[in-house]
Amino acid sequence: MIRDITIGQYYQTKSVIHRLDPRVKLLGTLLFIIALFTYNNPVGYIIGIIFLCTVIKLSHVPFKFITKGLKGIILILCFTVLINLFLTPGTPIIAFWKITITYEGLAVAFSMILRLTMLIMGSSIVTLTTTPNNLTDGLEKGMGFMKIFRVPVGDVAMMMSIALRFIPILLEETDRIMKAQLARGADFESGNIVKKAKALVPVLVPLFVSAFRRAGDLAMAMEARCYRGGDGRTKMKPLVYKKRDAIAYIILFTFVIVSIWLGRWSVITDFFRSIYMNLFGCPL
Amino acid sequence: MPLILDHVCQIYNADTETPVKALDDVNLVIPEGQFIGVIGHTGSGKSTLIQHMNGLILPTSGSVYFNGRDITDKDFDKKELRKHVGLVFQYPEHQLFETDVFEDVCFGPKNMGMSKKETELAAFEALRKVSFPEDLYYASVFELSGGQKRRAAIAGVLAMKPDFLILDEPTAGLDPVGRCEILDMVSELHRSAGITIILVSHSMEDVAMYVERVIVMDKGRVAYDDVPREVFSHSEELEQMGLAIPEPAKITRELLKRGFDVDPGVLTSSEAADSIYKALTKNR
Ligand SMILES: Nc1ncnc2c1ncn2[C@@H]1O[C@H](COP(=O)(O)OP(=O)(O)O)[C@@H](O)[C@H]1O
Ligand SMILES: [Mg+2]
Repeated sequence: MIRDITIGQYYQTKSVIHRLDPRVKLLGTLLFIIALFTYNNPVGYIIGIIFLCTVIKLSHVPFKFITKGLKGIILILCFTVLINLFLTPGTPIIAFWKITITYEGLAVAFSMILRLTMLIMGSSIVTLTTTPNNLTDGLEKGMGFMKIFRVPVGDVAMMMSIALRFIPILLEETDRIMKAQLARGADFESGNIVKKAKALVPVLVPLFVSAFRRAGDLAMAMEARCYRGGDGRTKMKPLVYKKRDAIAYIILFTFVIVSIWLGRWSVITDFFRSIYMNLFGCPL
Repeated sequence: MPLILDHVCQIYNADTETPVKALDDVNLVIPEGQFIGVIGHTGSGKSTLIQHMNGLILPTSGSVYFNGRDITDKDFDKKELRKHVGLVFQYPEHQLFETDVFEDVCFGPKNMGMSKKETELAAFEALRKVSFPEDLYYASVFELSGGQKRRAAIAGVLAMKPDFLILDEPTAGLDPVGRCEILDMVSELHRSAGITIILVSHSMEDVAMYVERVIVMDKGRVAYDDVPREVFSHSEELEQMGLAIPEPAKITRELLKRGFDVDPGVLTSSEAADSIYKALTKNR
């Protein structure tokens, strides 16, 4: 039951996307998200969707795994859409009682759906194709420049990797404790919200106890192996860029530039037009 | 009210690239009154099997019948089933959550809808049956020793007055004395209260002395289902499944091979001693 949660879940299979350096994937997600929010015409979205579909296809992850992540945000999605649909001023299409739906509202709502689903799917791809360890390694290396601002990057990376490692363990533990209490006649489904919340006490108390016990054990084990902090630790498998990563970077940058150019063409031309206006005092 | 498993299969992670066939066509009849041992190597599907017996996991295919009714039916009352079939999980002490032992033991019967008086009587009776020290009835569950916690947790299930009691590796992680005590206690429950017991273990030695029927699990299948004597006569096959047969049985079998006239079916050390003594005196 609880195992259906897929946040930070890795899908084991072999693919180019799996083999890519995590830094490529992380930067790729960041750029992809930035690009998404610059589009203001359908061409941008179409290129974005084609790019996303190609990556999904290459990753060999079944499509339904990628859409699983969407279930979690469906409420937020509906909410955003409704707000935008009803509250955007502009030319009305339908108007009855106090509700008006405008052209602009429809357009904003539609692009919001596209942006959010593509954002979630894009970031799911990264977590589905990268092991948590690799992900933190990528972050640690990618964020290495933060060290000059005295950010303890190594420690933060260690904390993150521990946290990520504990998610599946705690989920499994929750599953086990829930089953154990079910066997003692606990009932998590029926009743109102107060009753349901109360029914969780027999699960949460043992869960916390075990989380603390595990954390204590882990700290002890790390200390016993002379862990002194994240700085200057070497890796068994250091991240090294390969040829495929270079190719991926080229494809990535081409995609970002082309899609932003085409997806936001009017804005860019407007920008140059306004510069021209300011310089020469007359329209282009 | 026998418990019947009919062609039960269980596949975990069926929708991924790495499905796990945890149970493969299991057919069992568990009549009332038996003392059954379930043994198998780690990962052979023991825990999965017993969770089918009180409806915590529903079979991927096949059916489970209790009292002549299919427990996968929509209108089947699982709570009622769990009242009759008590399941003690591995490391049951991890499920304790109430402020004191007595309260925790009351959790099960309370869920079963017993009145306050009935609940408390049931709790007292259960704690007495597991010979829990009386001066600790109202101690905090976190102050107890490992063996005491386990007794308290077993009492928590026993207090629901089940007809079937299933224990998943009740001796795991206990010292030899604690193991004997728990096993003696379980066997006493069977003898005096006539409860049907299913004892899961990965150690033959635990099981051999107590049970009247052994079910051997191997890779999700029932490899053997017979009286201990018969099962242990397949020593080579058992060893291939990663199961060591009890030491006394091993020694007599070895002696038999070397031409001594010993009984091949011995299980306990005293039986082995008798048989070896007889063989030696006869030769003289
Ligand atoms: N909830 C689960 N999800 C996925 N796989 C599982 C789950 N529970 C058990 N398994 C797998 O099923 C197999 C049988 O496990 P289990 O029944 O726990 O064996 P045992 O109790 O004999 O050690 C193992 O390969 C295990 O990894
Ligand atoms: Mg097990």
